[in-house]
Amino acid sequence: MKLAIKLAYRNLMGAGLRTWLNVIVLSFSFVIIIFMKGVMIGWDHQAKTDMTNWEIGGGQYWYKDYDPLDPFSLNESHAPVPAEVAEEIARGDMEPFLIVPGTIYPQGRLQSIVIKGINPGQSLFLLPSHKLDTITEAIPAIIGSSMAKNIKAKVGDRITIRWRDVNGTFDAGEILITEIFSTGVPAVESGQIYIPLKKLQQMMIMPGEATILTFRDSEINRPEIDNWTLRTKGDLTASVDKMIKTKTAGQTILYGILLLLAMLAIFDTQVLSIFRRQKEIGTYIALGYTRQQVVGLFTVEGTMHAILAALLSAAYGLPFLVWMAKTGWTMPIDTSEFGIAIAQTLYPLYSAGLVFSTVLIVTTVTAIVSYWPSRRIAKMNPTDALRGKLQ
Amino acid sequence: MELSPIIKIEKLVKRFPMGKGEFTALNGIELLFTTGEFAGLIGPSGSGKTTLLNIIGSLDTPTSGDAVVLGKSISSLSAKEAARLRKENLGFIFQSYNLLAVHTVYENVEFPLLLLNYSSSERRKMVMDALEWVGLTDKVRSKPPQLSGGECQRVAIARAIVKKPSLVLADEPTANLDAANSHNILQTMVTLNKELKTTFLFATHDDKVISYLRRKIFLLDGTVDREEIKSN
Repeated sequence: MKLAIKLAYRNLMGAGLRTWLNVIVLSFSFVIIIFMKGVMIGWDHQAKTDMTNWEIGGGQYWYKDYDPLDPFSLNESHAPVPAEVAEEIARGDMEPFLIVPGTIYPQGRLQSIVIKGINPGQSLFLLPSHKLDTITEAIPAIIGSSMAKNIKAKVGDRITIRWRDVNGTFDAGEILITEIFSTGVPAVESGQIYIPLKKLQQMMIMPGEATILTFRDSEINRPEIDNWTLRTKGDLTASVDKMIKTKTAGQTILYGILLLLAMLAIFDTQVLSIFRRQKEIGTYIALGYTRQQVVGLFTVEGTMHAILAALLSAAYGLPFLVWMAKTGWTMPIDTSEFGIAIAQTLYPLYSAGLVFSTVLIVTTVTAIVSYWPSRRIAKMNPTDALRGKLQ
Repeated sequence: MELSPIIKIEKLVKRFPMGKGEFTALNGIELLFTTGEFAGLIGPSGSGKTTLLNIIGSLDTPTSGDAVVLGKSISSLSAKEAARLRKENLGFIFQSYNLLAVHTVYENVEFPLLLLNYSSSERRKMVMDALEWVGLTDKVRSKPPQLSGGECQRVAIARAIVKKPSLVLADEPTANLDAANSHNILQTMVTLNKELKTTFLFATHDDKVISYLRRKIFLLDGTVDREEIKSN
C-alpha cells in the first residue's frame, strides 16, 4: 500500500496540469459542500436560538383550546394561571402571555391583529418589553419592524385599536408605539402588537388569565397541569427541523450534481489512463506487479485526487470558510418577509464532524469511481499491454 | 566446471485463437540454457521468438509442454508466483524501452528495488551503481522524454540489471537505435554479462545484435531451425 501511494503520488505529480484540473474541480466540491452544509447548520442553530430568545423560551404550556393556526380559537383560549406555577412566575422563570384577537386602524385602514399581553419586567425574551413600562394615557405598545413597515408606523405614533372583551362587548382605545424591534423570527411580529399583560387582562376583563405560559429551563422535567398542554422545546422547533430537512434534501441534489461533475472528471481520467497507459501497465506487470496490484495502484491514484483536493481546499477553503463564519452570508433580499425564522445574515457553523464526514464521503465516492474503470486492467493480457495494443 | 541450467524448455507448444481456428506460434520447442549465457532467439517476424521470450518471462503460459525457469514451472505458476519470479529474478528490456515517462531516470531505475523493499540507502547505492555501469550518472534527474533513444535504452538496461537478476530478457533491444548506439548498448550488456554473470537472452533479427551473441538459436515458423555456438 505504501508503495502504491508513493508511485501514485509520483504519477499524479508527473501528470501535471491534468491532475491539477481534476483536483481543482474536486476541491470546489469540498468547499461548496462544507460551506452550504455549514450555512444549513448555522441557520438551524440561529433559528432555534432566535426562537428560544424571542418566542418559545425553554418550552411552553398552552391552554387546551389554543391553536396558533386558528384565530377563532383565541376567544376561548384563556384561563387563570394555574397555582402550580405561581412560584416559578414570581421567580421570573416563567412568563404568562394573554393572546386575544383585535383590530387596529392605521391611517384609516382596518387590520386584524393579535394582541399579546406581556409582563413589561420579563427577562425571558429579547423583546424590549421594558418599553411598555411607560406612563401614558394611551396603551403603550411595541411592534416588530416588519409590522411597522406594513402599517407605516413609527415610534410615537398613535393608532386606534378595537377589541372584544370576555363578555363579547366591543371596546376601543388608542395605542402608543413606544418601540419598534428587529427580529429574525417573523412569528413574533407579523400581525402582532405587544402591550402590558395587566392592561390587556383589564381590557379583556380576564384578571390573572393567560393563554400560554413560557418557561426558561428546557432541561427540567415538567409536571402535567390540568387543561394545559405541555409543548417541549423539541415540539416547538419541530417545524424548523422539518424546514431544514427539506432544504437539506434539496441541497443534497446540488451536492450530487457537484460530485457528479467532479467524479465525471475522475472517471474520464481513469478510463483515458487505462487506454493511454497500457504500455505502462504492461511494464508494471513485467517488473513484478500482479494485475490486481496494478488495479490497486490506479485506484489509489484516482483516490489521491480527493486527498490532494482536500489539501488544496484546506489551503484556500479554510480562510474562506472562516471569513464567512465571521462576516456571515447576508441575504440579498429582505428575509423578514420570508415567513420563516431566518436572519438577514446567516452565519455558517462548521464542525470537525462536518469536515471529516464530507472528506470521507467524497474520498470514498472517488475511490469507488476510480476503482470501477480500473477493474478492466485485471482482464488485460500483459503481453498485449506491453505492446500498447488496444484491448 | 559444469554450469547449472537456468531455463529448460520441454515440448513447448503455444497456440493463439485466430478467427474460428488457432494459430500455432510455437511448436514442440526443446531448449536448455545455462547460467551466464549470452544467447539469442533469431528469426523473422512471426517466427515465435517474442512469444517464447514472454513465456520464459512468465508473462504468458504455454498451451502444452513446459518451460522451467530457475526451477519454476511456468505452466503451473499462479499469477502471484509468476509476479514474484519476475520481481526477484528477471530483468526485461523492451524494444520501445517502456520507461515510466513521468518518472525521472533515478525513479525508473529505482522501481524494481521498491518492489523488493530495499531500504532507501541501499536503493540509492544500487541505482547509482547501475547508472554508472550504463554511464548515465549525470542524467539522474532527467525524465525519459528529455533523453535520446540510446540513453532511454541504457536506462532500461540499468532498470533491468539494478537488482542483479539471474536472467535478463531483451526483446529487440536495438530496433529503435542507430548503429553507434546499438554497439554501445550491446557492449554494455556484454560487460555486464561478464562482470555480473547475468544470463542474457535476446529475441532479435538485428545483425548487429546477432554478431555479439555467443549462442544463436534460429527459429522458423515456431520451431527451432538450427543452433550456432560461437567458439571463443
